[in-house]
Amino acid sequence: MSVSALEGYHGEILRRLRKSGAKVGSVIRLTSKSGEVFEGILIPRSEYSDPRHIVLKMRNGYNIGISLERTEKLEVIGEGEKPHFTKPSSPPIRVGLPRVAIISTGGTIASRVDYRTGAVQPALTAADLASVVPELSSIAEVDAHILFSEYSENIGPMHWKGMAEEVAKRIADGAEGVVISHGTDTLHYTAAALSFALSGLPIPVLLVGAQRSSDRPSSDAASNLTGAVALAARADMALVGVAMHQDLSDHIILAHRGTRVRKCHTSRRDAFKSINANPLASYDLKTGQIELTNGVPKRDKSRKLALRSRFDQHAYLIKFYPGFNTSMIDSAVSAGARGIVLEGTGLGHVSRQLFDSVKKALKREIPFFMTSQTIWGRVDMNVYNTGRDLLNLGVTPLEDMIAETAIVKLMWVVAQTKSASKIREMMLRSIAGEMTSRTLVEAS
Amino acid sequence: MELDEEPPHLLNPEALDVALTMSMLLHAKPMDEIHVMRKVVIDGSNTTGFQRTAVIALNGSITVDGVEVPIEQVTLEEDAGRKTGDTKTSAVFRLDRLGVPLIEVSTGPIIHDPEQAGKVAFAIGGILRATKKVKRGLGSIRQDLNVSIKDGALVEVKGVQELELVSKAVGYEVQRQLGLLEVRDELRQRNVKASDIKDEFVDVTSILSGSESKIVQSTLNQGGVALAVKLSSFKGLLKRELIPNIRLGTEMAKRAVFWGRVGGIFHSDELPAYGIDSSHVEEVAKSLGCGELDGFVIVADNLDNAKDGLRAVVERAREAAERIPEETRAANPDGTTVYLRPRPGAARMYPETDVPPVQIGEGRLERLWENLPRMPEELAKELETKHSLSPKLATQLVDSDYLPAFEEIVAGAKSVAPSFVATILTESLRSLQREQVPVENVREDQLKQAFDLVSKGETAKESVLDVLRWLAFHPDGAAEEAVEMLNLRMLTKSDLENIISKVVESNQTLVQDNGAKALGRMMNLVMGEVRGRADPRRVTELLRTRLEQVKA
Repeated sequence: MSVSALEGYHGEILRRLRKSGAKVGSVIRLTSKSGEVFEGILIPRSEYSDPRHIVLKMRNGYNIGISLERTEKLEVIGEGEKPHFTKPSSPPIRVGLPRVAIISTGGTIASRVDYRTGAVQPALTAADLASVVPELSSIAEVDAHILFSEYSENIGPMHWKGMAEEVAKRIADGAEGVVISHGTDTLHYTAAALSFALSGLPIPVLLVGAQRSSDRPSSDAASNLTGAVALAARADMALVGVAMHQDLSDHIILAHRGTRVRKCHTSRRDAFKSINANPLASYDLKTGQIELTNGVPKRDKSRKLALRSRFDQHAYLIKFYPGFNTSMIDSAVSAGARGIVLEGTGLGHVSRQLFDSVKKALKREIPFFMTSQTIWGRVDMNVYNTGRDLLNLGVTPLEDMIAETAIVKLMWVVAQTKSASKIREMMLRSIAGEMTSRTLVEAS
Repeated sequence: MELDEEPPHLLNPEALDVALTMSMLLHAKPMDEIHVMRKVVIDGSNTTGFQRTAVIALNGSITVDGVEVPIEQVTLEEDAGRKTGDTKTSAVFRLDRLGVPLIEVSTGPIIHDPEQAGKVAFAIGGILRATKKVKRGLGSIRQDLNVSIKDGALVEVKGVQELELVSKAVGYEVQRQLGLLEVRDELRQRNVKASDIKDEFVDVTSILSGSESKIVQSTLNQGGVALAVKLSSFKGLLKRELIPNIRLGTEMAKRAVFWGRVGGIFHSDELPAYGIDSSHVEEVAKSLGCGELDGFVIVADNLDNAKDGLRAVVERAREAAERIPEETRAANPDGTTVYLRPRPGAARMYPETDVPPVQIGEGRLERLWENLPRMPEELAKELETKHSLSPKLATQLVDSDYLPAFEEIVAGAKSVAPSFVATILTESLRSLQREQVPVENVREDQLKQAFDLVSKGETAKESVLDVLRWLAFHPDGAAEEAVEMLNLRMLTKSDLENIISKVVESNQTLVQDNGAKALGRMMNLVMGEVRGRADPRRVTELLRTRLEQVKA
């Protein structure tokens, strides 16, 4: 009997379940020492739960946990069905629709639930997706692949490289749009990374996630995916974006520029906001209408993609706060930092207690860049003395670039040059729309 | 928790304690480990699309009138949002009730007559109240009734808010199911099989375009259609009244509304009417090929809705020929019920993976066991001895929602007799209620204020009821305010003396002629001025002194 037949059970319980021949899905009867009888389907136990309880699903659908210590007798009284997932028949593929490649990196953007046991199975193949989100088949000819399966907090520069290369491959294969499904926590870092790694994109690349998992009736997974695929298939733009809900209603899916977007809420479906910029495009889930913002780069199949997918982790993002311990800067320097982004207060300030550490680092040709922890707005270090002092020390302000984009960009820049002055020059040049000198009223 | 966006909180430990306490009082066995489930609810009343629910205990029992009633299950749930209105395309819910802990007690299927159902519900209500943690007021205790009869079906009746309605609702449901069985038997006699009822819809738009029906006209103006379907051998059965105001046609209409999002249906047994005259009826019947015994149904709406609506009608007609459908029905205030939705099965339940299971340790159970609240009979006995209440008053108080308030009041208002407080909280409030005074608006702290004022001598005990009446209509006010507004503040000695002097002076002749014997009549005159603002004994005292002065 395989271990997964008794998933999550350990020790004494596992031994007794094995002895009785029970498997997950078996109908079992437990008789307690005081004579109570419980019957139900054996349910897998979560790996985080204690090893002393057996979980049964009763006939009325409720799960209950029975302690092994109280259990006198354990018998299998029937073979239940294993969790199974019947696939609804896929809608026929309509020829002539734009080809969209879906690259899955983790986070189950779509899944099916076996309502009898509660087991969840991710839907990852194109056919799976089409059956779970049937709308897709009328929008695009979808081709789905799993690149890897990782929680987004575990995603880093190596994954960015892998994603960038995969996108390049899909474009070479003739995709007219690419959608990457991704956990939402670091979605915006990946979006920034791909924006720098993929220059000269001929088509749009949209990252998409879900804030409410797909096992909930209120999930935003299917609507976000629908919006992302529609924008990838039809929007006349060619850059990296993030497609997520505009607000709490399942109405508008916005595409945000990959270098201008940030997750601003732990759980709301409209957590992703364009910072210091307007969204690129919107997709109306009801009408299917797409609206584009002015000045967004257009599709151009003849455009040549340039892939620069290396990132160097010797770049640091340090957030200043009152009571800051300067050893954080010193240790970054001694760890071999090749550049440091500061997340300062307000217009771009840190306490003068940091000046010595900053000075020492700058002397070792380690450039410092200033962003603001206020999230919205532009740094301006000419307003207050502290700012002017920092400028005199040699700290470089990064205009209206957000800190998350700045650190990703710095990792990308230091992978390409060793020269501090070249690093500064590249950081101050807008490469993927990550900064502008003009602040728009409606984007503030 | 109101937003679906909010990550779920852990199981509320206090709510769990109350549910466990409740389970113990119902002699049910708590689970060793509580697993929270999601129960899919997609009518909009839960922003998440599911209701969180967990089995707390199984296999209990209570004794009601000497009969043992099994308690199958006690669950702890999150209450749903409250519907406050709807339009054809949207429903409006208030979220203030959403997520409030709700205990569900399910009895075994052993209740044999409607009256017993009411008694069991009353007994469970008493136990709920014994925990003192259960919210009172209309809607906070609701009864879902599962009714099935021989050859009938399990039908769940939701939203019975008043205990008095339980036996009535059960009675109506039994009557409805018996009526449906009669319909089925008649259809059998007429040789109708489910398969004889075809979902073949005929477009009758052109026939009805000349009708005066407002519904038809406005539908057609908006580009809609009128579709009709023949119901073989249903003539006369559609108007069959199952329970007051609910006909077989009503049942079909509710189905059509639910599945087809339509406003309603027209059935042949109610026509001609509603602006559709006999010539239209004849033509529709002809276009459907209706024979002498056939009925039909018309739906006017956009094409999709009309089709879905008629499909639901056909489905319901087929069921009528075969069996009583299992369904969930909503109770009306008179105890009759209407179709709400199909009865959900176990399939709508799956684990809430965001809330870890809770182990119920022995320590917790022991602590709750030691603090188990007393049962109503016990409480009544205690009240009798502790506060010298009559058995009747004590029982009334325990059965009322005001026991916690009573104890608060009596503890504070020392110089007010407990039996007086108990009488006000039971009989007097009930009589105000009968006068349509919204006494449920009066909060516990306001009740306490009112009695405290009496205790401190700031108003007379005769004023309490007037104060409470005022508060019922001014829920944001305070008892002090009521006393001011109603001019019920106790008069000071000098105020009282002044009033007495004035009355005495303006009745000089009466006093002169009768001397001390005038006391009785003078007393009436003075009390007329100061009632509720002075203690009658004190008035007598002062008046006597005053009269003696006059005499002297």
